[in-house]
Amino acid sequence: MSSRTSDVLVIGGGIIGLVTAWRAAQRGLATAVVDPAPGGGAARVAAGMLAAVTELHYGEQTLLGLNLASARRYPDFAAELTGLTGQDLGYRRCGTLAVALDADDRAHLRELHALQQQSGLESEWLSGRECRRLEPMLAPGVRGGLRVDGDHQIDPRRLAAALVTACERTGVVFHRDWAERLEVVRGRAAGVVTRAGAALGAGQVVLAGGSLSGRLAGVPDDVLPPVRPVKGQVLRLTVPARYAPFLSRTVRAVVRGGNVYLVPRENGELVVGATSEELGWDTTVTAGGVYELLRDAHELVPGITELPLTETRAGLRPGSPDNAPLLGPTRLDGLLLATGHYRNGVLLTPVTGDVMAQLLTGGELPEEARPFTPRRFGTVLVEQTA
Amino acid sequence: MADDPFVLGGTAFSSRLIMGTGGAPSLEVLERALVASGTELTTVAMRRVDPGVRGSVLSVLDRLGIRVLPNTAGCFTAGEAVLTARLAREALGTSLVKLEVIADERTLLPDPVELLDAAETLVDDGFTVLPYTNDDPVLARRLEDVGCAAVMPLGSPIGSGLGIRNPHNFQLIVERARVPVILDAGAGTASDVALAMELGCAGVMLASAVTRARDPERMAHAMRAGVEAGRLARLAGRIPRRYLAEASSPAEGLAVLDPERPAF
Repeated sequence: MSSRTSDVLVIGGGIIGLVTAWRAAQRGLATAVVDPAPGGGAARVAAGMLAAVTELHYGEQTLLGLNLASARRYPDFAAELTGLTGQDLGYRRCGTLAVALDADDRAHLRELHALQQQSGLESEWLSGRECRRLEPMLAPGVRGGLRVDGDHQIDPRRLAAALVTACERTGVVFHRDWAERLEVVRGRAAGVVTRAGAALGAGQVVLAGGSLSGRLAGVPDDVLPPVRPVKGQVLRLTVPARYAPFLSRTVRAVVRGGNVYLVPRENGELVVGATSEELGWDTTVTAGGVYELLRDAHELVPGITELPLTETRAGLRPGSPDNAPLLGPTRLDGLLLATGHYRNGVLLTPVTGDVMAQLLTGGELPEEARPFTPRRFGTVLVEQTA
Repeated sequence: MADDPFVLGGTAFSSRLIMGTGGAPSLEVLERALVASGTELTTVAMRRVDPGVRGSVLSVLDRLGIRVLPNTAGCFTAGEAVLTARLAREALGTSLVKLEVIADERTLLPDPVELLDAAETLVDDGFTVLPYTNDDPVLARRLEDVGCAAVMPLGSPIGSGLGIRNPHNFQLIVERARVPVILDAGAGTASDVALAMELGCAGVMLASAVTRARDPERMAHAMRAGVEAGRLARLAGRIPRRYLAEASSPAEGLAVLDPERPAF
């Protein structure tokens, strides 16, 4: 290995890799990140809903625990990051309103409400008229909704930019290149070789490559994380000042079985998402994707047709077999995972940074993260073509 | 049921339950549900999955040894459906296709005119065509006449869970058909699929009833049992319905339980 070694080398400079590097460096570890463009990844596309309660699904109660743990950390996490970097993260404690537009969607939302109550979560059932008093731009046909004051939002692009700054201020070294291959020496992960041919050695290697985590060369087959790309198309509209505030909180709905959400930022950006497509590495924005999002969003908030459409983009969520992240040591000594965060990467950023740093310094995965050990998957479940 | 194989397009299956994958909360839950269902044939929407990329639902099916039945979900014209079927054949190397041509987004009902056109084109092109159709006995016959390998009438709209709304039409379809009739869409719970099999369907296709259930694995098990129960009942032959009771225990030759009272 070359002389360019560190205690910790993080592969991937998306929000998960960055928060891991930042927290590790804060604890005194010499930390490096290898990524051609730190601050990129799925966070460039994500809407940034911190939706532990409205994203609850049957059979995912374990994940709920981690989501809630991370949501609780958010106020302090955001304050610390802003304090260090002086950057506004667009963290907005505005709450969420999930509404139903017809009887079928209403029944679905009622079921979600019951599940939330069984799980001890705070949410309040509102009539259609009550929903529209809160958000007058909602379609008159709204049949009812759930007010969840604890599901907030953050701007993931600003979060990523602030994490890059935080890493720089804390002494994290950035290698702006692709990690080409993991180096394994005597049965232990020892670093990576970059595309440009640089050898980067490290005491511990953290693979935080998002949807790309499953295709790093040199990782033994039985260690390769079962992570697959799940495409999401997302639109960005702008609310002109004369229409403000337009929406005062995140509004979401299931429209005939499909999920749509509108996330209003304080700066006037309105994010509309998202499709969910199993199409491999494709990140094409399609007419159908844009059409469906606008159709459903229009049904929910008819006034959106007046707004400028400023951006269309597709990103790749890192999906795991059970939709929960992979956190912790692998069967290969020296290689740790922080990946597979799927729909909840932005929400899980604070808790991921904390548990990974604890693991990197103390060698033990904290109690709250143990259900998410990569070892829960017996064998490699997913193969990725290069 | 090894002595009662289900033959579809020249292939014999021992399971009569065809599964779909849409609506599954996660790949892991889907995998457990597929195993519990005992299915050997599972349909995948070719417009939503890129067969060139491993790592999604196709690798789950591959690992479980379940045959893939590509479908043309999301197509509104015969032209789109034919194109999608051809791309699927090229990508997956199978000439089986579940043909769907949808008329309208609210009901997801089939467009009968486009469906028949697409079926005819695909049969001529060498496909084994399994059309998702309305529960219309006339249309079912026309689809059979153009060479479809089965007909798959809907019990009620996709995802509605309303069961078989017109059992009489199913009887009419089954009575005339020389190809397998498969209930496609509408099953909500196990009794729905048992009824389909009792009515003479050769198989059942479902997705939402399992994938959107609170416990998909358990519901998949229930569906498997429902299909088997209904099939056995059909083969066994139900008793005729009677207006008045008929005692199931014989009244003659009963043992004398009370020596003080003679038996008749």
